[in-house]
Amino acid sequence: MATDKRELAVAALQCGTVIDHIPSEALFKCVKILGIETMPHKLTIGNNLESKRLGTKGIIKVADTFFPEATLNRIALIAPSAVVNIIRDYEVVEKRRVELPKVIKGIVKCDNPKCITNNEPMATVFEVVDGAENLIRCHYCNHTVANGKANIL
Amino acid sequence: MNPNSLVSIDGLTKEQILDLLQTARYFEEHPNHKILDGKVVATLFFEPSTRTRLSFETAVNRLGGRVIGFSDASTTSSSKGETLKDTIKMVSNYVDLIIMRHYLEGAARYATEVTDVPVVNAGDGANQHPSQTMLDLYSILKTQGTLENLTITMVGDLKYGRTVHSLLMAMKYFNPTFRFVACDELKMPREYVEFCRKQGIAFEEHTDFSRDVIDSSDIIYMTRVQRERFSDIMEYEKVKDLYTLRNSMLDTSKENLRILHPLPRVNEINQDVDDNPKAYYFDQARNGLYARQAIICRALGISPEKI
Repeated sequence: MATDKRELAVAALQCGTVIDHIPSEALFKCVKILGIETMPHKLTIGNNLESKRLGTKGIIKVADTFFPEATLNRIALIAPSAVVNIIRDYEVVEKRRVELPKVIKGIVKCDNPKCITNNEPMATVFEVVDGAENLIRCHYCNHTVANGKANIL
Repeated sequence: MNPNSLVSIDGLTKEQILDLLQTARYFEEHPNHKILDGKVVATLFFEPSTRTRLSFETAVNRLGGRVIGFSDASTTSSSKGETLKDTIKMVSNYVDLIIMRHYLEGAARYATEVTDVPVVNAGDGANQHPSQTMLDLYSILKTQGTLENLTITMVGDLKYGRTVHSLLMAMKYFNPTFRFVACDELKMPREYVEFCRKQGIAFEEHTDFSRDVIDSSDIIYMTRVQRERFSDIMEYEKVKDLYTLRNSMLDTSKENLRILHPLPRVNEINQDVDDNPKAYYFDQARNGLYARQAIICRALGISPEKI
């Protein structure tokens, strides 16, 4: 079968998860948060693809894998625009946006060097600040940081 | 986690604050009520703080309890690399209450999460210091007869001063009017200004410590401007004396005005103010004893008025 060599062929997923509309700059952080670096399944990662909404976007396709909702929502911190597609038998059976959880455990590093979380072997906890524009606050030292600038562990 | 732990002033409701103040008043009248017989309290001071430690230990002693602890972490296992969690868990086996000061921010919150013994935060870095706020509130109540509808002027370092931040948060229940007097480098952080807006608290921001501001205040809360907060030493030299209170500035102030300061003071209150009856900062420090007696009793679930 002749394939146009000017275009990259990416096989459609038979079964698995596609995460689309990831801001380009957040793509590799999402890869890290989802822990897919060590997965044995077929994996496609695309970045700087054209997007009407975002300018450029990233996309992640993982075959034969369905993430728990809580795991997917962890990327909402840095990729609030991301859309999750669940594929079964080449069909999109579910499509939804990620939602930022109220409490974020163990993802964000507190950038206050004097915070207890940076000095004890313990998980960080951040809470979304009530009504504030994309701000999260360290549960321990009360230091606040803008979502987009969060330092991912 | 023990529900009687006290980590931060914003963990208290209005009723809990008023209860604590009422208990503090009781202890001012009965400072030696021995209701902690048989109780052992640990004062774990990972960072030196003479004033706060002595005041807490005096409080326990006057209540008839016993104190164990340390005032310098270099003599403890934390200098061998023991985690805070392990130290807290170990001490929890011995005592009924832990009073802790730590140089790391969030240490007190974390300590409450690893033990069932109540923990009282005696300061965690630049974060929270709720017993200071309680003694400030008690001092205001005592000198004004009420906490409601007062005009409170905060002066000096409003950016880094944790005492002004905590006092501001605690006063939200009492319909205050605030004046924030500071230079641009040390002005009240945006999140606290926003807090006032959201809570509907009236406030004004000034860079000038003027007679108008002084003459309309019920409370003036002075703080120290610290040289190390400035990146430009010239800026420090320019502003360091702008916010010094002198006795002559109080000539036309209100009769009920009182001057508070968390201490230590350097030069932001001139010595000539000390003899003015409106100077209250030394009495304020004494109120710390009663406020801390009240906090200790609450943490242990003891109500002195009923014993």
